[in-house]
Amino acid sequence: MAFEDLYREVILKHFKKPQNFGPVADEDAAAEDENPTCGDHFKLLVVLAAGRISKIRFDGRGCAISTSSCSMMTERVLGKTVAEARAMISEFLGMVQGKCDPADEHLGDLAVLKSVRDFPVRVKCAALCWQALSKALDKLA
Amino acid sequence: MKTLDTERIKKDFPILSRTVRAGKRLVYLDNAATTQKPRSVIEAISGYYSVHNANVHRGFHQLAEESTDILEKARAKTAAFINAGSAEEVVFTRGATESINLAAFSCGKMILKPGDQIMLTVMEHHSNLLPWQQIARETGAELCFIPGREDGELDWPVFQQLLSPKVKILAMTHMSNVLGTINPVKKYIDAAHEVGAKVLIDAAQSLPHFRVDVRDMDCDFLAFSGHKMLGPMGIGVLYAKRSLLDMMPPYQTGGSMIHRVALRDAVWADVPLKFEAGTPNVAGAAGLAAAIDYLEALGMENIFRHEQELMRYLLARLEAIRGVEVVGRARERGGLIAWHMDHVHPHDMAQFADQEGVAIRAGHHCAQPLVVRYGFSALSRASLYLYNDRADADALAEVVEKTARFFHGI
Repeated sequence: MAFEDLYREVILKHFKKPQNFGPVADEDAAAEDENPTCGDHFKLLVVLAAGRISKIRFDGRGCAISTSSCSMMTERVLGKTVAEARAMISEFLGMVQGKCDPADEHLGDLAVLKSVRDFPVRVKCAALCWQALSKALDKLA
Repeated sequence: MKTLDTERIKKDFPILSRTVRAGKRLVYLDNAATTQKPRSVIEAISGYYSVHNANVHRGFHQLAEESTDILEKARAKTAAFINAGSAEEVVFTRGATESINLAAFSCGKMILKPGDQIMLTVMEHHSNLLPWQQIARETGAELCFIPGREDGELDWPVFQQLLSPKVKILAMTHMSNVLGTINPVKKYIDAAHEVGAKVLIDAAQSLPHFRVDVRDMDCDFLAFSGHKMLGPMGIGVLYAKRSLLDMMPPYQTGGSMIHRVALRDAVWADVPLKFEAGTPNVAGAAGLAAAIDYLEALGMENIFRHEQELMRYLLARLEAIRGVEVVGRARERGGLIAWHMDHVHPHDMAQFADQEGVAIRAGHHCAQPLVVRYGFSALSRASLYLYNDRADADALAEVVEKTARFFHGI
């Protein structure tokens, strides 16, 4: 069942205790994004060093899907090159939109979010932070 | 007074017998967004297109006569339903949003000057906020807001301080679509009239649920939507006093709304046609008339009492669940309840409810400044109507408990 696939332990774990989560001052935010249908809002701090993401932190409020997606994303892209992060963004967005089925090992725990494709209104939740990351990389790289 | 027979009523609504999410009974609790339609409304719409369809007010054939008659009888029925002085005071629109835009852009532009004030409340739906923001920008008028108290009622003493002859328009909701608060609009209207202001009442959430009498209320404008009162989408009403409609310029121009047209100028038709450019939504008007018949047969007083009783029952059930905080504690409140639950986002709450066939709303409910005012970014909301019963309320309470158990691990 898609619903049980979606609300799994790993989602709850990241929602209750998000990784790389903490205050981000407006002037430090590389990008922000919000979901106009619900008011969810994330700010993203991204630092690049020698072409790699050396620091990433997020701040804001969202649902279990958007928060866990953001938490897992920060874990996954930390230390990656800009090109690697961009590839991951398009792979993840393609997966939640049902356009591609990346191998599980590419995205790790993020693969659990594949089920959102069965809930069209939630795709935006899962995608929110990835779009913010894309904007941040456009700005910084 | 009679009790509503919800078992029989449910049978009038074809959609309520369908299932959702793999065989779950549909428990529809999103009535503040839109209501379901009884068979009589659906048949009025399909009957119109099957038998009478023709353009109105200009054909000379029998179908055109019938179609015009259906539109004008719907207008007269609507006027009687709200106790308007005459059918000409009922302008058909696409919905409450267009009604408010019409009033703002036509009457607003006519009377507002730089430095004048438009008074609103913090509990307005975006549809009764954004048109006024626009018109304020265009005319140089200022917006001012009646604040809300912690309990979800408007702050009457602050309103009295804010009110001055600079206020030319007061636009306020009759019932909040988030807090459920029923505002005592009559005393606000009387006070606003004393300083010479015109008053628009947004009745989108109130009129479907209890009797609204425009002459008793003495509002200058009243806006509402057909689809929130069993009628179809795409039809709504702007009631306005005849004297105002006569003075106001058209909001849109085109076919139907003219008396005589030359290449360089035109003479407008009389009200209400002056405000109804283009081919009207006759099927929608037929559906709205059928909806009014359905409501009148049950009795607005009975509908209100039924929803009040069910709202109190649901309120008690939700408040008994650990972590649930109901937002809005007004003494006079309608049949909708918004709540926050610690550590559970409304999106997730709505998803869990949907999985059990329970349709609720989550988000800022098109009233973002209000939701933020009470310290939230989003809320869950259940809204009741005449076909809901205790089994529906129980189904919601059970899924809220289940969601709490999942997220809180109790």
